[in-house]
Parts: sequence; C-alpha cells; structure tokens
Amino acid sequence: MVLSPLETIIMILAIALGTMFTRFLPFLLFPEHKEPPKAIVYLGKVLPASMMGLLVIYCLKDVSVTKVPYGVPEVLAILCITLLHKWKENVLLSILGGTVLYMVLVQVVFV
Amino acid sequence: MKERNKEIRHAFAQAFPHTIPVLTGFLVLGVTYGILMQTKGYGVIWAVLMSAVAFCGSMQFVAITLLATGFYPLQAFLLSILVNARHIFYGISMLDKYKGLGKIRAFLIYVLCDETFSITYSTTPKPGVNKKYFYFAISLLDYIYWITGTFLGSIAGNYITFNTKGMDFALTALFVVLFLEQWKVKENRIPAIIGLAGTTISLIIFGAGNLVIPAMILILVVLLGGRKQLWY
Repeated sequence: MVLSPLETIIMILAIALGTMFTRFLPFLLFPEHKEPPKAIVYLGKVLPASMMGLLVIYCLKDVSVTKVPYGVPEVLAILCITLLHKWKENVLLSILGGTVLYMVLVQVVFV
Repeated sequence: MKERNKEIRHAFAQAFPHTIPVLTGFLVLGVTYGILMQTKGYGVIWAVLMSAVAFCGSMQFVAITLLATGFYPLQAFLLSILVNARHIFYGISMLDKYKGLGKIRAFLIYVLCDETFSITYSTTPKPGVNKKYFYFAISLLDYIYWITGTFLGSIAGNYITFNTKGMDFALTALFVVLFLEQWKVKENRIPAIIGLAGTTISLIIFGAGNLVIPAMILILVVLLGGRKQLWY
C-alpha cells in the first residue's frame, strides 16, 4: 500500500466522482419534467444498438489475430452463441452454451 | 406495506434470471480485482470500499496502477471521466425508461454500468411486474455481485482452485446475445452495424488502450449525420 488511508479515501472519491459525472450528466442536462431536444430523443433510440456493438468489440479488444490461437476460441464461441440464439431464442441458454464452449476451448483445446 | 413487499419480492424473482450471466462474470472479475488489489497491498476494506463507492469495473482495474503509483486525485478524476465516458450514452438511452421512478431513480443512475444498462434497456418487465422495482432489482443484484466478488477475492482469492479461466467470457456472451436481440428489430440493424464498424475502425487506428472515446465520436457523427435516413 503506497498511499496513506486518507489519501486512498480521497483517490476512491475522485474516481467515484469522475464515474458519477458520466452517469448523471445526461439526466442533469435533460431533466425528466422537460421534453429533451429532438436530436437527443433520436440518439436515445439509435444509440443502444450501436452501444451493444461497441461493447462486443470492446470485450474482444485484447484478442490477438496474429498470435496463437488467432482468436479462434472467440470466433467459435460467438458462432455457437449466434446459432443457439437463432435456434432456441433463449438468452440464458445461448450465454451458457457459448461460455461453456469457450471455457473448454481455452482450458482444454488451445492450451 | 405488505402489498409493497410482495411487489418487491415478485420483481426480484422476475429480475434474477436476467442477471445470471452478470452473476457469473462479476464474481470472476470481482475476485480477480480483489486479488490484484491484495497484491498491491490494498486489503479487503479498500477493495470493497472502491467497488461499493466507485463501482466502475474497468476503471477500477486502471485505478490499481494509479493507487500503486502515487497520490494524484485530479489525474484519477479526469482519467475516470475518460474511461467511463461511454456511460453518457447509456444515460441518453435511458432518459425515457427511467422517467417518473421517484427516489429510486438516483440509485439506478448511480449504478448504471455496462451490464445493468444492457439488461434494463433490453428487457421489459412482464405485465403485473412493477417497472420501478424490476429495474431496481436488476441494478441492485448486479451491484451486489460485484461487491461480493471483490470481497471473496480479497479474503480467499488464493484458495480458489477451480479453474475459472474463460468464465468471464459470460459477459462477452451477454453483450453478443443482447446485440442479437437488438438485431431482431429491423430499424436497429444499421445503428448496430455502425457500432460494430465504428469501434473496429477505432480499435485498428487507436489500439486497445484508447479505443472508446474515438469510437464514441465516430458513432455519434455517423448517427447524427445519417439522422434523416436512419429513423422515420
């Protein structure tokens, strides 16, 4: 522990404050009793789909396509999730199937 | 009062299954976080305090390095805004859903992380389930999972012998499935592709460490530029 307890508490508060700034900002700028501008309403409708795309890539950002195993476990697991989801449309089943396959791939197949 | 308790219990029962992937992912990542904090000399109290007060997953991992370097609170504050900037987009997306929820609303916003946003945005409570308590249940459960994981990692991380490698893929899987759910609605497909493509381009140009902000700007510009074509 490099910092003193008081310093650590201040650091935690600083990080929390930064985080909460990003979480509360839209709600403070566009309070609920007022109709937000049209552009914001539009963004509220299209952004979520874009953000799901962002989050998927974000989760895969550290996967290397030039080093063994070339992202093969990730591709196979996502393929499995997609097929399972098209077939059964059961959110939990798709996630469970994909995660178990991925664990087997990284623990047993591509060691 | 009794009626209200029953309503809350019902909401938690309905919400719980939606949070199972987060339970898996957050326990594994939370344990990892607890262990890493421990290796830098920050014991259970500090790790749990950070998880409970700041509750910001990836930024907490970044902060481990900060805590091990020195006392620079302003730098920590600014970095935290940058790393967490994507939350601004979650807020914009939730303005409508989180309308008129009363006192609970502040808590819902406080804990609006990637996973909670994805689930609350993608799921509508069944008829008969109180919307307010349903969102509260998802938010609170995810919050508790993260803190519990941190706690377990801090006190017993070294005793976990079960091979958890790859288990945190549950969160990637969650986002993939919620992406597919968005994909079902035709109007969402172009924004979904813009999200994938914009982030991939940003990853290639700026690298894994700095991709989020450029990706957000790119997505925002394309979405606003294509406004007339994209929606209605």
